[in-house]
Amino acid sequence: MTLWQAIIAAGLIAFVTKLAGYAVPARWLQNPRMHRVAGALTVALLASLTVMNTLAAGAALSFDARLAALGVAALALWMRAPFLLVVVLGALASALVRWWA
Amino acid sequence: MDELSGKAHTRAGVRLSSLTPAVRMGLSIAVATGLYGISFGALAVAAGLSVGQAMALSLLMFTGGSQFAFIGVVAGGGSAGAAVGAASLLGVRNAVYGVQMNHLFLPRGWRKALMAQLTIDESAATTLSQDEAAEQRRGFWTAGVGVFVLWNAFTLAGAVLGDALGDARRWGLDGAAVAAFLGLLWPRLKGREPVALALAAGLVTAAAIPWVAPGVPILLAAALGAAWGWWGHAR
Repeated sequence: MTLWQAIIAAGLIAFVTKLAGYAVPARWLQNPRMHRVAGALTVALLASLTVMNTLAAGAALSFDARLAALGVAALALWMRAPFLLVVVLGALASALVRWWA
Repeated sequence: MDELSGKAHTRAGVRLSSLTPAVRMGLSIAVATGLYGISFGALAVAAGLSVGQAMALSLLMFTGGSQFAFIGVVAGGGSAGAAVGAASLLGVRNAVYGVQMNHLFLPRGWRKALMAQLTIDESAATTLSQDEAAEQRRGFWTAGVGVFVLWNAFTLAGAVLGDALGDARRWGLDGAAVAAFLGLLWPRLKGREPVALALAAGLVTAAAIPWVAPGVPILLAAALGAAWGWWGHAR
């Protein structure tokens, strides 16, 4: 699959997923179990993406400047910084560590 | 871009008091969320996408978490299939919103397709925060159309800007991606259970990275999450 094909496929799947919600009788998804699955899936995926972007270097683990970004972002979020500031601070942290090291 | 956001801003400023609460909430959410588009656009080109590919994701996929997931997998060296898989799984929650929106609005024909495309975290949240039917409708359209216009405008800005920056790692853009994912996860970590799940999913991912193909660790974490939700105790 080329990147363009993947983008078109993923875009179509995203739209069909949204549309499917409008086609489903409310009682199917509006039960506590499906809500828990959707919620847990979201948390697990975002946590996995955070770790992957922090540690993965291809198929190996790498502990580098990105760990500083994770730490600084966590601190900023804990101090209730807005999303965009958190992202900028994360970039600054890893850029500075790389510049020093 | 500046003209666009500036115009929306002035219009909101001049008649802010005459706008209904749902419209005001929708507009402020649209501005706040639209701005993330800059980081998405910049990270997308840093991950190796062209400006056109970044725009295609924002126009077609139009659901931020999935878009970040897609470029996150690509940046990590994962296959295109793994990127599609991670993005699609992360979009499952939009189906849940769709069920709720359909229940409230009962749209037909082309309106149903248009509403579906605009069904995201922000439009659903704005709608569900209102009690009155007319306000729910105004909230949905304001947040949905507002986020769509600004998200795409700022994606373009970020992608063009990121393209001009050159080597992304020198500017810490890989650190920006880490911070962005933590920022998306953070608001969902309310209470002990989601924190425990996030730690477990993170551990599974780190443990799997050296052993399986890039992109697969995310799918393992997704399986853990789905099982956790399915068999987790009801409260």
